[in-house]
Parts: sequence; structure tokens; C-alpha cells
Amino acid sequence: MHPAPSIIAFTTLSGIGFGLIIWLGLGAAPDATHLYALILCLLAAGLVCAGLLASLLHLGQPTRFLKAFSQWRTSWLSREAALAMTTLVVFALYAALWVTGTRFLPLGLFAALLAFKTVFATAMIYAQMRSVPRWRSVLTPVIFLLFALTGGALFAGVRGPTPWLLGALGLLQIVAWLWGDRALARSGTTLATATGLGEMGRPRLLEPPHTGQNYLLKEMVFVVGRRHAARLRVIGLVLAVVIPLALILPTEGRLAVWIAADVHALGALVLRWLFFAQAEHVVGLYYGKR
Amino acid sequence: MTALPASTERALGLVIDLDTCVGCHACVVACKEWNSGSSPAGPLSDTDAYGARPSGTFLNRVHTFEAVPADGRQPRVVHFPKSCLHCADAPCVTVCPTGASLKRERDGIVLVNEDDCIGCGLCAWACPYGARELDPVAGTMKKCTLCEDRIDNLALPEEDRIPACVRTCPAGARHFGDLADPESAVSRLVAERGGIDLMPEQQTRPTNKYLPPRSRDVDVLAPLLEPLPEEAGGFLGWLDRTLARL
Ligand code: SF4
Ligand code: SF4
Ligand code: SF4
Repeated sequence: MHPAPSIIAFTTLSGIGFGLIIWLGLGAAPDATHLYALILCLLAAGLVCAGLLASLLHLGQPTRFLKAFSQWRTSWLSREAALAMTTLVVFALYAALWVTGTRFLPLGLFAALLAFKTVFATAMIYAQMRSVPRWRSVLTPVIFLLFALTGGALFAGVRGPTPWLLGALGLLQIVAWLWGDRALARSGTTLATATGLGEMGRPRLLEPPHTGQNYLLKEMVFVVGRRHAARLRVIGLVLAVVIPLALILPTEGRLAVWIAADVHALGALVLRWLFFAQAEHVVGLYYGKR
Repeated sequence: MTALPASTERALGLVIDLDTCVGCHACVVACKEWNSGSSPAGPLSDTDAYGARPSGTFLNRVHTFEAVPADGRQPRVVHFPKSCLHCADAPCVTVCPTGASLKRERDGIVLVNEDDCIGCGLCAWACPYGARELDPVAGTMKKCTLCEDRIDNLALPEEDRIPACVRTCPAGARHFGDLADPESAVSRLVAERGGIDLMPEQQTRPTNKYLPPRSRDVDVLAPLLEPLPEEAGGFLGWLDRTLARL
């Protein structure tokens, strides 16, 4: 799939923002000063809003975005939009109370639950796609949620669970790659099933329908980025998991954690880029590509 | 509404005959022509049409494949037109966040209401067949409408009340009708010729069916003919032997 910068920025930034909302809602940073609480809340809301704005850039008709809230009964994208907005409103209320001195945890818990569901809904947009076998896995929501929780924990300065989250993220990311590299083959969709010509022999593309580019090739058959996939996987893992672990394990210093959080976010962007660039859409089969 | 109807009164669709399609792309042109001229949402756009990198929006495209038999027989060339299959379990419809994508209860046609479409592109991702294209000029999703503005259009002469691609096909490789009615001409064609679904494992339950190419390697006369003698006799035999000795 085409790794559109707007979607990568949206899913990564808002993912970390919602992760931060989860931890702050659960009561992280208990001894934060008013100012620090304000900074954390603004960061969470800022990340989420930046992500949502980036996602608007991806639309062909952005001014009609309000219509996207209507189909929550069937569409994960609509659910995500509705959940994201509700989370923001509930969190804003919670944050306003917190920075003025009252930390009302039941409200925080509610915001955390909503944020969790939002990230889940985002991941389900991808995980529901049978047409992209690499995404159609329970690992997709698990990894999206782990990214949100890990990034959120790092930015919130949560101590105990963070190394474990980083470790689990690294491990499951590797499992997802190993599984995903064979997902297309395992899906059973081949040019033979796509054309029904399997009985006559091995089908092969003789002539594409057009000599130039088209929307389908640009959007769904992104093969350029796969050349450097192996190298990018290592770079992404080092940035998202290894360096943050090395930074936070030996020290308690706030600076080290902030740097770890930023490096992790960079790694998350690389890995999210790969999530799209490596995903094979079955329509590529009709074009002799995968 | 992006919920799929439990069932539809009719299941209008196309039956595409891979045996007769000659790969002329006339249906591609007719489709583009009709849907550019008739659509209130504007034409199917082209970008850089006369430049070095032309690209355009089409609702129907013809691929050409060859099937290479394992036993070394001649590969078989198959032209393969592909437009929306108007699936019964259309994944493109349920993912749509706005309700712009819908499957019509009365005839099963899958449509995009372009006034509601925000151009998020998710439905095109969900379609395994590549039957939807986001138009970069309109900013909205385009797909085959089964020429719903022709098939019920009383302003057109009766013979034109079929999809443009079907009307134009010089080989008669595209057939239009109700696939929910087992007695319809298209249903009988599918039964006779063993029509198939594309990518059945994607569980979309397509309405459109494809008729596989008939086998061409059956030579009905060969077994009835006497085999030619290996060595010719008479004058030709003498000539053959003499020439071979030279
Ligand atoms: S062919 Fe694609 S666009 Fe058409 S109904 Fe099926 S899934 Fe939807
Ligand atoms: S591009 Fe339009 S029709 Fe397709 S899912 Fe988005 S809003 Fe719905
Ligand atoms: S039915 Fe109409 S819109 Fe669909 S492929 Fe044929 S000409 Fe195009």
C-alpha cells in the first residue's frame, strides 16, 4: 500500500496522543505540578489534534468530513472518528479539572477507556481488510495498542511497566513480520483464483490494461519501498525499542525519559511507514505484481 | 446507508465471456464515454492526457493474461475485462464512513452517492478486484454504476437500455441481466458454461460471473484420418532418396 505521509503521521501521532490520554486518565504523573500537568495534557491533546488534522489532508473532499461520523454501525472509520471526538471532549473536561487542582479519576478512567477503544478502532480499519492479507490479523490491533501504550507511557514518564511494554512491542513486531511475510501466500488468493484460469495452466500477465500509471497502482501496488525493508526493520526496531530501553533502564532522570520518548516516536514513524509500504494488496496480482 | 441489505429483489450484473472477448477495449472506451457525458458529478478525469505520464480514471479495464499449461502445450491468451462485480457481500460498502457507498435493495447495484463521498479511499482499499478509483479532479470515488442511468431510462430507445459496455461489445462477450432469476438468459448461460466467481476465497460473493474459455486443443478430425506413410513411394520416393544421397 502507498505509505501516505498524512496517514502515517495521523496514526502514529494520534496513537501516541491517545496512549498518553490512557496513562494520564489512569492517574500517571501523580505528583505533577499544575504547570507540568498542563504541559502533559496539552501534549496529549496536541498530538491527537495534529493527527486528526493530518488525516483530513488525506481526504479528496475534506470539507465534508462531518459526514464521516454517521455510519458508526458498520464502518470502523466512522467509529474511529466518533470515538476520537468523544475521547477529546471527555479528556478536555478531565484535564481542565486536573490543572485547576481536582483530579477526578472516574472521569480519567472513562477517557482512558475511550482512548483505548479509539486506537482499537483505528487498527480495525486495517485489520478488517481481507484484500490486504498482511493486515488481516489479530496482531494488527495488538501492535497498534502496544505502540499507543508504550509511546504514551514514555511521554507520561511512567516507570514500572514501560520496559516490559517496549520488550513486548519489539517481540510482537518481529512475530508480526515473520507471520506477515507469508500472509499473502497463506491467504489463498493467487492470480489463478483472481482470473479463474488456473485449470488451464499457470496464468501470467501478458499485457497490462494500460501503459501508464493509474490510481490503483499508485495507491495499492507500492513496491518501491520494499527494497530497503530489511534495513528499515532494523532501524525502526533500534529506534523504537532498543535505544529507549538502553536510555531508561539505567537511569531515573526525566531528561533520559524524554529523549527515549522522542527516539521511540521516530522509530514508531519508521515502523508505521513499513506497515503500509510492505502491505501487499491482492489487486497487485492482476498487474503481475505483489 | 452502508449496511448491506440482507437480500435484494434482483441481482443485476454482467456475465463476461472470456472465450469470445477479443481484447479490443471497445467496452473501456464506451464506458468512459458514457460515464463522462452522463454523470452529474462530472467527467471521469484524465491527467496529463497528452503528456509524458498520462493517467486516467476508468470504471472498466481489460487485462490480457496467458495461461501456460504444465505439459508444454501452447500457452492460451485470454483477454480479461474487469469492472465492479456488484458483490452480494460487498466489503467496499460496509467500510464507508459516510454512507456514500451503498448496495441498492431493489436491484443489488453497488453505487457511490458522490455528494456524500469525502474521498477517503477506504472502499477502494477494501475491494480486492481494483474496481474503484478515486478521481483526482473530482476528489470522489468512481466506480461502475452498471449504467443505472441507461437500464431504466425510458428516454432511450429500448435496445439502448443496457449498459454501454454491453451495447458496444463487437464480440458479444458481455451479457447483462438478473442473476437472481434462474430462468434469465444470463443465469442459463452461467449454468451451461460453468460460470465462475473471481477470488471466491475473498468471500465477496460477486454477482458478475466469468465464463471460462473453451478448450481449443480438442482436434475432432485427427483421430478419423489415416496416418501419412513415413516413406513415400513412386516418383516422390525416388526423388526423396536421390536428394538425400546428394
Ligand atoms: S467488485 Fe469491488 S467495488 Fe464492486 S462490489 Fe465488489 S468489492 Fe465492491
Ligand atoms: S471514498 Fe467515499 S465512498 Fe469510498 S469509503 Fe470514503 S466516503 Fe465512502
Ligand atoms: S456497466 Fe456501465 S459503468 Fe459499468 S463497466 Fe459497463 S459501461 Fe462502465
